[in-house]
Amino acid sequence: MFRYTKATAVREVIMWIIALLMLLPMYILVVTALKSDEEAITSSAIAPPTAIDFGAFVEVITSTGRNSIMLAMLNSVIITAGSIVGLVLLGSLCAYVISRRTRTWSTFTFYLVLIAIVLPAQLGTVPLYIGARNLGLTGSAFGMILLWTGMMMPLAVFLYSSFFRGLSTEYEEAATIDGAGPTKTFFRIVLPLMSPATGTVAILCGLIIWNDFFNSLIFLGGSNVQTLPVAMYTYVGSLISAWNKIFAVVIISMIPILAFYMFAQKQFIQGYAGGLKG
Amino acid sequence: MPPGRHRIRTRPTKKPLINYGHWWWALPAIVLVVGVHYAATLTGGFFAFTDWTGLGRWNWVGFENFARIFSDGKLTLAVWNTFLLAIGSVVLTNVVGILFALGINRTLKSRYILRTLLFMPVVLSPLAVAYVWKFIYQFDGPLNGFLGLIGLESWQKTWLADPNWSIWAILVTIAWQSTGFTMVIYLAGLASVPQEVEEAAAIDGAGVWGRFWHVVLPSIRPSVAIATTLGIVQGLRIFDQIYALTGGGPAGATETLATQIYKQAFQLGQFGFGSALALVLTLVILGFAVLQQYLTRSPKD
Repeated sequence: MFRYTKATAVREVIMWIIALLMLLPMYILVVTALKSDEEAITSSAIAPPTAIDFGAFVEVITSTGRNSIMLAMLNSVIITAGSIVGLVLLGSLCAYVISRRTRTWSTFTFYLVLIAIVLPAQLGTVPLYIGARNLGLTGSAFGMILLWTGMMMPLAVFLYSSFFRGLSTEYEEAATIDGAGPTKTFFRIVLPLMSPATGTVAILCGLIIWNDFFNSLIFLGGSNVQTLPVAMYTYVGSLISAWNKIFAVVIISMIPILAFYMFAQKQFIQGYAGGLKG
Repeated sequence: MPPGRHRIRTRPTKKPLINYGHWWWALPAIVLVVGVHYAATLTGGFFAFTDWTGLGRWNWVGFENFARIFSDGKLTLAVWNTFLLAIGSVVLTNVVGILFALGINRTLKSRYILRTLLFMPVVLSPLAVAYVWKFIYQFDGPLNGFLGLIGLESWQKTWLADPNWSIWAILVTIAWQSTGFTMVIYLAGLASVPQEVEEAAAIDGAGVWGRFWHVVLPSIRPSVAIATTLGIVQGLRIFDQIYALTGGGPAGATETLATQIYKQAFQLGQFGFGSALALVLTLVILGFAVLQQYLTRSPKD
């Protein structure tokens, strides 16, 4: 009964029309960014550019100082990658120990972590900011990495825990019989096996960290270390209604994440659909 | 009995065959979680009852901060806007998301491409998306251009500067970005709908609506719970889109608890009062999360 009928074809066409309408803002984004300064003001928003003009992109890429989008991208890469390394390493170690051991403290720790996922972060923001300021960690990439590793740790531990619970202990038993100690077993046997969970952790946590504006604004605002969203906010504020340049900034900020998405869209979608079912 | 002593005495017999790592491997993560989540949240809860400005001395003011929130018209509006955006975005993204999921579920030849395209806005930065929509909502922007084209010139307005419409403009922006997320959750849920039951229902004469209501919806109940709970929690804390689109204006018409927390605490240095707003938001989020669990649990338990 679920064969491809005429009604299915109609449904397919309707869904394509809807999808294209949904992506209309993205089309407007691209065509406007490719227009010259003058055409961006005078022409219709949905009209393609008469001549493709990369002037806006050149100006954005070569911007310097506080407005340097390329420097901000580098900062975003460092902060996101550093946080993911911390989350993968510390999160997997913690999840491994608490899901393989059955003592009271490991169960307690698991619930401690689980509750922290639900606990909204807003209330802790003020004390964290003051603490970071007193320790000289505001406006520093290291401080931001430390903050993110702590903030996203509950999600990482939770994702790894559900993975380890479903992972048979046979490999570790075999390694122990062969004379491997716990450290060797973890790094040689468990670490390679857990790469699907690492992928989910990296995608879910990485996306939240990369796209975050609120925390970056508070902890990095006004400093020389800017992440992409904060730099974009500052830069756009200085470009009053120069929409081709604003959109060039927006597109440049989107390129890394869209490239990743196209490359690993299945993992992204499965990570979202499956990983958050907690 | 303390576990340590127990272990020492019985080590020769009770030592597990395999040693699954050392207990202290969990320590760095636990310290970070306790510090960043529990200690910070508790300290914030304490600040909420003080008049601290981040510098120097502070006084215990009891419930004064909370009395101020609920007697200030601008702040009560912020509370209502928070509810409006959260509930509005949950309703919109779930209704449209489920329709999208049903629309591309099964049999479509291009369902994977459609899924990729419709999910794409989810991965973009909310700030970047907000700028695209800011352009669309401009007075000489594409939305008004379209209205003019179909003869509805009287509907044209400066959407983001209109106190009655700006909050809805923000809602549409949020819904556009997060519908793909609910769609993907529902697609995963729909995969678990037993196809034989649906076919049997169709053979027995159940229409599209009857099949949806009696076969599909009960099977995707867990998906509804996940999508609405995550949507509410996300919706209550929306900040980026508002900050970029209207900055809380015009005249405070689009302020929410999240934007007010930022302004009071970090722009005005009212750390005590900002923490009180954050405590209200936290209680609202926890309240909704509990209510949601209660409402969407399956009727059997």
